[in-house]
Amino acid sequence: MAVEEAGSATKFFLEGESGRNTRGLLRVIILVTIAAAAVASRLFSVIRFESIIHEFDPWFNFRATKYLVNNGFYNFWDWFDDRTWHPLGRVTGGTLYPGLMVTSGIIYHVLRFLALPVDIRNICVLLAPAFSGLTAFATYLLTSEMTTSPSAGLLAAAFMGITPGYISRSVAGSYDNEAIAIFLLVFTFYLWIKAVKEGSIMWAGFCALFYGYMVSAWGGYVFITNLLPLHAFVLICMGRFSPRLYVSYTTWYALGTLASMQVPFVGFLPIKSSDHMSALGVFGLLQLVGFTEYVRTQLPSKQFQTLLRGLVLVVFAAAFGFLVLLTVSGTIAPWSGRFYSLWDTAYAKVHIPIIASVSEHQPTAWPAFFFDLNLLIWLFPAGVYMCFRNLKDEQVFIVIYSVLASYFAGVMVRLMLTLTPIVCVAAAMAFSHILDTFLVAEKPAEPAQHQANGPRANGSANLSEKLAAAVPDTLRSTTKPIVGIYSYLSKATTTGALTVYLLLFVLHCTWVTSNAYSSPSVVLASRLPDGSQHIIDDYREAYYWLRQNTHQTAKVMSWWDYGYQIGGMADRPTLVDNNTWNNTHIATVGKAMSSREEVSYPIMRQHEVDYVLVVFGGLLGYSGDDINKFLWMVRIAEGIWPDEVKERDFFTARGEYRIDDEATPTMRNSLMYKMSYYNYNSLFPAGQATDRVRGSRLPAQGPELSTLEEAFTSENWIIRIYKVKDLDNLGRSHQEALAFEKGNKRKKSGKRRGARVLRVD
Amino acid sequence: MAPKKTSATQQPSTPKSTTTTTTSSTTTSKPTSSSTASIRNPQDAQQIALGVYNNYIDATPQRTKLLDAFMVFLMTVGLLQFVYCVIAGNYPFNAFLSGFSATVGQFVLTASLRMQTNRENEKEFEGLSHERAFADYVFGSMILHFFCVNFIN
Repeated sequence: MAVEEAGSATKFFLEGESGRNTRGLLRVIILVTIAAAAVASRLFSVIRFESIIHEFDPWFNFRATKYLVNNGFYNFWDWFDDRTWHPLGRVTGGTLYPGLMVTSGIIYHVLRFLALPVDIRNICVLLAPAFSGLTAFATYLLTSEMTTSPSAGLLAAAFMGITPGYISRSVAGSYDNEAIAIFLLVFTFYLWIKAVKEGSIMWAGFCALFYGYMVSAWGGYVFITNLLPLHAFVLICMGRFSPRLYVSYTTWYALGTLASMQVPFVGFLPIKSSDHMSALGVFGLLQLVGFTEYVRTQLPSKQFQTLLRGLVLVVFAAAFGFLVLLTVSGTIAPWSGRFYSLWDTAYAKVHIPIIASVSEHQPTAWPAFFFDLNLLIWLFPAGVYMCFRNLKDEQVFIVIYSVLASYFAGVMVRLMLTLTPIVCVAAAMAFSHILDTFLVAEKPAEPAQHQANGPRANGSANLSEKLAAAVPDTLRSTTKPIVGIYSYLSKATTTGALTVYLLLFVLHCTWVTSNAYSSPSVVLASRLPDGSQHIIDDYREAYYWLRQNTHQTAKVMSWWDYGYQIGGMADRPTLVDNNTWNNTHIATVGKAMSSREEVSYPIMRQHEVDYVLVVFGGLLGYSGDDINKFLWMVRIAEGIWPDEVKERDFFTARGEYRIDDEATPTMRNSLMYKMSYYNYNSLFPAGQATDRVRGSRLPAQGPELSTLEEAFTSENWIIRIYKVKDLDNLGRSHQEALAFEKGNKRKKSGKRRGARVLRVD
Repeated sequence: MAPKKTSATQQPSTPKSTTTTTTSSTTTSKPTSSSTASIRNPQDAQQIALGVYNNYIDATPQRTKLLDAFMVFLMTVGLLQFVYCVIAGNYPFNAFLSGFSATVGQFVLTASLRMQTNRENEKEFEGLSHERAFADYVFGSMILHFFCVNFIN
C-alpha cells in the first residue's frame, strides 16, 4: 500500500535527478513506517497485559541477562549455576548461546551511558519488536538484490514486518533466541548474496562476522551452515563456478568457521560433527575446482581437461569416502538426534521422547501455513517460478532456500520461522511483478510499425523484421503477438483486487497477532459473561508465594516445563528445567511423578526435594496442565526404567486414558494423580467433583497423600504446591503415621512383626 | 559448462608454446586413443609439464608470482603443522586449530586476491580495482588473525 502511495506522487518529483532523490527519500520514509508498523503490531501483549516476559525459555534468558548485567561479562562466561539441575548444577556459561543476552546487555549499558537508565526487563521485553524492525529492513535489502523491481523490496519488508509466521516468535516479551536470530539469518543471507554477486572479500568477511553473531545467538545457525554450501555446490554442479564464488565461499568458510568456534557451546563442533561436514566438503571441493580451473587455462588440450575433471571427481569421491569412514569409526560425531528427526518424523518418537514431547517439534498441520502466512503462501510458488525465469546465482539461492525451508517447515512447527523470510521475499517478487505490469497508467507502445517497438519486443526486433519481409502479412503466425495491457478496466480491476487482498492480509495479520500470539501464557486471560476481561494470574501468585514463604535454598521439584519459570520468578533451585541436557535426570523426576508414593518418597529424599509443584487445570478447564502432559513423563521414565514404569499400566483395558472411577490402579496411585486431585472433592458437593479439562466425573473418594502435605494452592487451583514431609519422628512409615492419626487400628499387626527371633548378642 | 567447453576447443589453434602444437597435431588425428597414449607416454607428459612451467614463468606477472610463493609457503607451514599433529598428537587442540586455520584462511584469502587481480578475470570482478582488492584482503586477514589470536588460548 505504501508503494501505491509512492506511485501517486507527482510526476515532477519522479523524473530526473530530483526524482531519484525523491524516490530515495520516499523509500526511507516507507521503510521507517514499515519498521514502526512492525514494532507496533507486536505490542498487543504489553498493552493488554503488562511488560512481562512470556512463556518458558524467555524466563531463563531473562535470568541470564540479569546475571550478565549484575556480574559482568567474565563472570557470565564462567557461570556455574548451582541453582538448577540440583544436585548436578549446570555449566551455564558454556552451554548457552550468549548472543541474545550480550546484545541486551550492550543495549542496557549504551542506554545507561546516554543517561537513559532503562530497566533491564523493559529492554528484554522490547528487544524482539525492535529487532523485527531491523528484520524488515534486512528483508528489503535481500529482496532488492534479487530483482530489479523497486517495489519488491518494500513489499517484502512490509510482509516480513507483519506476517504472523514471524510475529509468533517476536511479540513483545517473547525474549527468545529467535528474536534476534531471524534478523541475523536474513542479514547473513543478504551479505552472502552480495558477496557472491560482487566476489568481494569484504562482503564475505561481513557475512562471516554476522554468521558468527548468528552462531552465538541461535542453534538454528546450522541451517545457514548447510544452506550456503548447498548453494555453492548446486552452482558448481550447474557449471556456474566462477572466481566470485570461490572468493566469497572460501572467505566465508575460513572466517565464519573460526568465528563460530569462539562460542564455547559450539566449540570444536564445526570440525567434528557431521552437521557441519557439508560445509567443509564444499570448501575442499571448491579448492579442487578452483585449482583445476586455473590449470585448465594453462593446459593445452581438451583431453587433459577431461582427465582433470575425472581426477576431481575421483578425489571428491575419495574424500567423501574418507569422511564416511571417519564418521563410522567415530572420529567425527554422528548426526545429532534432532537432525535425524528432521528426515524421519517418527524417529524422535521412538528414540528421543523428550524431543517429541515438545509441542513445537510436532509436524505442521496444513492450515497452519495459511494461518501464519495467509496470501503469501499462494504467492510463494509464483515467486519461485519467477526465479526460474531469470535464473542467476542469486535466484538459485532463492530456489534452494525455498525448497529446503518448505520441507523443514512441514516437519516441525517451529521451523515455520525459517520459511517465513523466503516466503516473504518470493511473494513480494510475484506481487510486485503483477503491480509493475498493471499499475502503469499509459498504454504500451503500439507495435504496428516494427521500428517503434515497445520495450517488450526488443529481443526479436531484427528477426521479426526479416520475417515480415520474407513472409506475406496474411500468415497469422508471423504477426507478432501484442503483449501489454491496454484496457483501463482490466488494470483497475486487477489493481483493485490486489489492494483488497493486501488489506485482507493486514486484517488477518492483526487478527492473528492479537488473538493467537499475544498471550504471555504466564498470565491467562478469559472473558467474563458480561464480556469484560478477567486476568488469571495463578502462576505468578504461586511463584511469588514460593519466593516469599520458602527458604532461599528450598528445592522445588516440578516437571521440566516449569523449571525456567521457577528459577526466574520464584528464584528457587529446581531439579530439571527446559534446558533438558540430562535425560536421565528428567526421567528420574518422571519416575517420581508416575510411581506410587512409597517409591517416589525415597527418590525425593535422595534429591533433597522440599517442595513439589504441579499444574492442574481441572477446575478452570486449562488444558495445558500436568495430567495432560503426564503420559510424556511416563514415556520418558519408561525409556530409562522400562521395568518399573510401564505406559500400558496407565491405560484401561480398553486403551483409554481415564481419570475417573475406571482409571487404572497405577494411575490412581501415581503421585501426579494424587497431587492433582488431592482435596479436590471438597470444592464440590459429595460425588459431584468433575474435571473440566477431561470432562469426566471423579471418584467419590478422593486420593490420600501420606508423604506430602499441601502447602499452597493458587486461586484457581492451577498451581498446587506440596511440601515433602520429613521422616517420621517415631520411625514409622508415613502410611502408618497417617493411619495412626486417623485413629485406625493397625491391621494384622501381629503378622507384620514376623516370627520372633532370639536375639543373640 | 557449455561455453567453457567451446572456448577450450578453440584453444589449440592459438599457438602458445611448443607443446600445444605437438599435442594438437596428435589430437586431430585420433582424439580418444591418442590422449591416453600421450598420458601414458612419460616423455610426452614431461614435455607438457615443462610447457606449462615455461608458460607460467613467461606469462605470470611478478606480483602474482610473489603471491604464489606466499601461497606455497603457507601450504608448507600448514602441512608441517598437520604432520606434527598426526605424529605428536593434537594436545593443545585450540592452538593447533588456530594455527592450522590461520594458514588455511590466509591461503584462501591470498588465492582470492590472486583471482581478483588476475587480468583474465577482469570481467568477473567489474568495478573492483586492484587497490580495493588489496584493501579487502587486509580487512579479511585482520578478521582472520583476530579470531586466531582469540582462539589460541
